[in-house]
Amino acid sequence: MNSPDPFSLALSLIATRDPTLWSIVQLSLQVSLTAVLLASLIALPLGALIALFRFPGRGVVITLLNALMGLPPVVAGLIVYLSLSRAGPLGQFGLLFTPTAMVIAQTLLVLPIVAALTRQAIEDLWEEYREQLRSLGSGRIRAIPTLLWDARITLTTVVLAGFGRASAEVGAVLIVGGNIEGVTRVMTTAIALETSRGDLPLALALGLILLTLVAVINGTAYLLGQASSRHMQ
Amino acid sequence: MRFPRWLLRALPLFVVVGMGSTAQVAADTPFITLASTTSTEQSGLFRHLIPSFTERTGIQVRVVAVGTGQAFTIGRRGDADVLLVHHRKGEEALVANGFGTERREVMYNDFLLIGPGSDPADVSEAATITEALTRILESQAPFTSRGDDSGTHRRELELWEQAGLNPDGRWYRELGSGMGSTLNTAGAMNAYVLADRGTWLSFRNRQELEVLFEGDPLLFNPYGSIPLNPERFPWIKADLAWQWHEWITSTEGQELIGSHAIEGATLFFPSMER
Repeated sequence: MNSPDPFSLALSLIATRDPTLWSIVQLSLQVSLTAVLLASLIALPLGALIALFRFPGRGVVITLLNALMGLPPVVAGLIVYLSLSRAGPLGQFGLLFTPTAMVIAQTLLVLPIVAALTRQAIEDLWEEYREQLRSLGSGRIRAIPTLLWDARITLTTVVLAGFGRASAEVGAVLIVGGNIEGVTRVMTTAIALETSRGDLPLALALGLILLTLVAVINGTAYLLGQASSRHMQ
Repeated sequence: MRFPRWLLRALPLFVVVGMGSTAQVAADTPFITLASTTSTEQSGLFRHLIPSFTERTGIQVRVVAVGTGQAFTIGRRGDADVLLVHHRKGEEALVANGFGTERREVMYNDFLLIGPGSDPADVSEAATITEALTRILESQAPFTSRGDDSGTHRRELELWEQAGLNPDGRWYRELGSGMGSTLNTAGAMNAYVLADRGTWLSFRNRQELEVLFEGDPLLFNPYGSIPLNPERFPWIKADLAWQWHEWITSTEGQELIGSHAIEGATLFFPSMER
């Protein structure tokens, strides 16, 4: 049996614009980016709120969020599976084995990471700015957008960490998506499938393409961050 | 406040675009969800069958490939429309308990005892699968078991039991993985493993592994189609699923199953021909 070199295989897959590969890549990005966006919309303000306000049980909430950063994707997948299953509480929507289910599962995985890290970043910043913001007479709630904006470079990294989690995980999307060809097959589940078929060069080639994609997205975010900090000065 | 307005205004747009594009995939064409086994999916059978079915009926088939045990769970929760699995006892129980409407035999192949070419337990000399398993146990040669409640795993446990043997010890490794992953591991460990012919023929990473024993009637591996019961699960697409059930057991479906081959070797034999 001849085994082609994964690097040239990856290049030829990209060069021939393999339509199957393209749709898998597209779905991967759609699912993970939507999940990161949704998670960030909730988690950034949530993290800031927890940073700025004192309330009973705050320590527990912070510990819980920090712990959930380590939530195993398989467990998140299982929870979402049981909720979306026809026999589960949200069964009537028929969302199991759809991309929407995958977005929900990944949102669940990304949310604690973004919320916990935002909480830390904003708390540090608040210590620094407290007097200044107080003297301007703005309340804590009103300070949130300003703090989030000022922490944007750190928060970009935070969101990227969330994106890394989403794009790398296979356990959750496999369970709730079902790895259906053309419908819910994403890069990571395709890699797992090719590995189990014993087509290791193809699996590795797909892995290289995924790594490249993630690197490009991270690079873009980095450049944007650089540009915006220059703009500030 | 320095938070840019345009970004705030654009946010809902991102959400709508993001959600819309993922939801779009699900719309329009009628489809059924078929819960089936990793062995059938990995052998490429569905890629060979489904386009013809879709062309004839306009129905798309979404295959969720899992172990047979998990496929039964999906069936008992009503999360698919129809099953194609391989564990006759489990299939009959599913119908008897009212989760499925009926079971039809679709196709069959056989299980193979795979192992390293050096064959340390001399299973290729064995006359029956019972003798082959006895030789493995006695020589304590490494054996990798699926350990995932799949059809193949269930059959393997039945074979040990039938032989009156209790596989236990460091030589017996339960992996809890799919067929392909188990073959990957068996190859790396030079271990024996029970595999279905379909997965074996389409498997690319054989390393030192070879077919060492085959042909015992106990290794017969039939696959059954079971549409789920719409009386139990009212949301099931019973009509569409029934069309699939009929088609896969029709002459057209059966001939297509028989024509699926890899390098000239047939992977599944249509049950109609038996």
